[in-house]
Amino acid sequence: MTVDAPPRPAKGKKSPRAVSLARKWWGQLTSMRTALILLFALAVAAVPGSILPQRSVNVENVGKYFTDHPQAAPIMDRLWLFDVYSAPWFAAIYGLLFVSLVGCLIPRLREHVDAIRRRPPDAPARLSLMPQHDEWESGAGAAKLAGVLKARRFRVETREHADGSVTVSGEKGYLRETGNLIFHFALLGLLVGVAVGALYGWHGNRILGAGADAAFCNNLQQYDDYGLGPNISAADLPKFCVQLDGFKAEYLDNGQPVTYAADVLYGEGGEAPTEKFHLEVNEPLRMGAANLYLLGQGYTPVLTYTDAQGNTQVSRTPFLPMNASMLSEGVATFPDANLSATGQRDRTRQMAFEGMFLPTAPEQAPYTTSLFPDSRNPGVMLFPYVGDLGLDNGKPGSVYALDRRQVATGQLKPMQVGFFLKQGESKTLEDGSTVTFTGLERWITVQARSDPGEPVVLWSAIAVLAGLLPSLTVKRRRVWFRVRGDNVTAGGLARTENPGFATEFGDIVASAKET
Amino acid sequence: MGDVNATYASLSDKLFIATIVLYAVAMLGYALEYAFGRRAVKAEAKVLAGAGGPDVTEEETAGGHVNERAERLGITMNQANRAGQVALVLTWIGAVLHAACLVLRAVSVGRVPWGNMYEFIIAVVLVGVCTWLYVVTAGHAARRIGLFVTLVAILLLGTATRLYTEAQPLVPALNSYWIAIHVTAAVIASGIFMVGFVPAALQLIRRRYDTVTAKGGRLRFPITLGARLPEVANLERLVFKLHVFAFPLWTFGVIAGAVWAERAWGRYWGWDPKEVWSFIAWVVYAGYLHARATGPGGRRLAPWIVILGWLTMIVNLFGINLVVTGLHSYAGV
Repeated sequence: MTVDAPPRPAKGKKSPRAVSLARKWWGQLTSMRTALILLFALAVAAVPGSILPQRSVNVENVGKYFTDHPQAAPIMDRLWLFDVYSAPWFAAIYGLLFVSLVGCLIPRLREHVDAIRRRPPDAPARLSLMPQHDEWESGAGAAKLAGVLKARRFRVETREHADGSVTVSGEKGYLRETGNLIFHFALLGLLVGVAVGALYGWHGNRILGAGADAAFCNNLQQYDDYGLGPNISAADLPKFCVQLDGFKAEYLDNGQPVTYAADVLYGEGGEAPTEKFHLEVNEPLRMGAANLYLLGQGYTPVLTYTDAQGNTQVSRTPFLPMNASMLSEGVATFPDANLSATGQRDRTRQMAFEGMFLPTAPEQAPYTTSLFPDSRNPGVMLFPYVGDLGLDNGKPGSVYALDRRQVATGQLKPMQVGFFLKQGESKTLEDGSTVTFTGLERWITVQARSDPGEPVVLWSAIAVLAGLLPSLTVKRRRVWFRVRGDNVTAGGLARTENPGFATEFGDIVASAKET
Repeated sequence: MGDVNATYASLSDKLFIATIVLYAVAMLGYALEYAFGRRAVKAEAKVLAGAGGPDVTEEETAGGHVNERAERLGITMNQANRAGQVALVLTWIGAVLHAACLVLRAVSVGRVPWGNMYEFIIAVVLVGVCTWLYVVTAGHAARRIGLFVTLVAILLLGTATRLYTEAQPLVPALNSYWIAIHVTAAVIASGIFMVGFVPAALQLIRRRYDTVTAKGGRLRFPITLGARLPEVANLERLVFKLHVFAFPLWTFGVIAGAVWAERAWGRYWGWDPKEVWSFIAWVVYAGYLHARATGPGGRRLAPWIVILGWLTMIVNLFGINLVVTGLHSYAGV
């Protein structure tokens, strides 16, 4: 180990052109000016994501935008305008910003570590040239003057000089740069945390109906939609099962919701769901390896269909709410209606009901709107269809809506005009079959999610704040005394903007004079 | 659950009107002082003369008129300054009624009084007015600058009347103790940013005024306002002080919002429009703090960045709540 730094390579030696060019660009990139420009570029780049629909926020809206703007949307999509925050140009901006940050921080870190390890520098030759200075006669001596600074928590160094004078150097406010460095490194920490979450996190959303039959266990087939980080596979998903036991919503008289609360049962590590939990919007279920959130809720009208041959089937398909009054739309399908004599599905005589559910139906027609979100007078408006439901043609379809392609091709036809049923009522159709609105069930939308980056992000955010405060409020300053016999000179230098320094220096000098 | 005390709620509405009226009268008083009060130069002369014997020049000018127009209107400097004093007292009373208006709302619905946009704006302006009262009491700014602060306050409160929402309990997503943490931080930071915007704009006017008068050029409104404004350096320091205070609060507000978002929506950050614009505002204000530390060029730019920052706050408040639909759509309108 040597104390002296190794000699630098002689400047006169020609460095290759490329190296000097790279050095020049590196200097440019790590300058504060560039950082500022990148900062503003980042702000501007974030704007389109708040105006245009984003896939990460709402996929349906992106689809709608494509239908509304068939010309522009594909071009915009190629520019990543529907995935702004995962766009390469967005990543380029913050990537450069963070590179610039690191380039700026590393030298500053080295400098600051040096400054902390070094003793406060000796007094300049002429303290009367300092922005703050004073001179007086006193026999107090250097030790007492040093005591004044120490009492004010300055870092103090006393030096004796060959000419018999003694200097006292004090410096304070190192925390400013410490905080500054913590703040900026914590921003890097945030980025790391976000990256960990993106690589190793996963989530899945699904509708969960009430009862043991509707319970689900954590695997991808069980989710309506899901997202997996690139470093995690379906096999890595933790084991847990969840069952909805009951759901309750409370509303004000004007229909504004006040509470949504679901009672769920869960079991971890492959156990049956027996543990109870009261799930609310702001009260997620925190299991060991994943969290479960309550995101939405709705109704399932239970419809019983008895075909002309007397065979009965029950449909329990969730209806999806369309507005705040919980007017919901959905479909009830009966693929096994009108089976052939041999028990085969008859693809010309399958049955479906497209419908609207009204939790509080008006007393008389038109039954197009719900008066209240709670189920005070539940009713369904049903439109029967007969024909091929398109379930067996191999194409993926939604279970919450009719396959419009089947309707368009005429393979699935409206059977008769729509009709309205209150809970408990039945209707006999033209072919002699009957449909009954037998009951009402509740469902909830849950999201299961795991984001292993969260602790990193949280601690980085705390460090951001912890670093920010001293970096803005602490002031770095130096104060010196020089003692020559009974003559004392004092000087002060604020190393950062510090309008109150003159007052502080005055106070220090006043207490120094008293000792 | 869900009971609203109608008496308190309607009293709160009346206090809201009273607050606006008081601020408007106060603004008039500040305006009188601004236009016809003692010149800043004279005030400096007083300080200098005050160190010596009796302040003769001050006695003479105080009873006189600041300019011909003041003479024609018959307003002496003393009267104008008294108008400023009255304005400050009215601002204090206004702030008390303003606070009472929010407290009664809170009592009438039994929750924090910033559950929708109407309440949010009222709270932000209250913080702004209180910040201003602190600034003027601590001697960081001349009283007559209250003209511009009350102007901004009245404009914002006036907008709030267009967004009036009946007192109501919270929707489930907002029903968490995090509203007291996240929204309170956002309200306080926004209020201080609001007051910080005022001296930044004034700083630009004064700077322009100084340049034009140095060249002997002709002044036009609003640059003419610069004649009665504090020195650029003083305004600049005030802007910085306010933002140094507000920026960490805003940072905390965003972080608290992320923690709450994780609880309520399952993710701490999802680029919801409100989140996007909070991020943009944060980046812009961070840019201001950096620009200030980047030499004279950056310092010249700094007040413009503050203006830009306040614009992003306004976009976030009005644009995002009223135009774009997102998870933060709680405007109640």
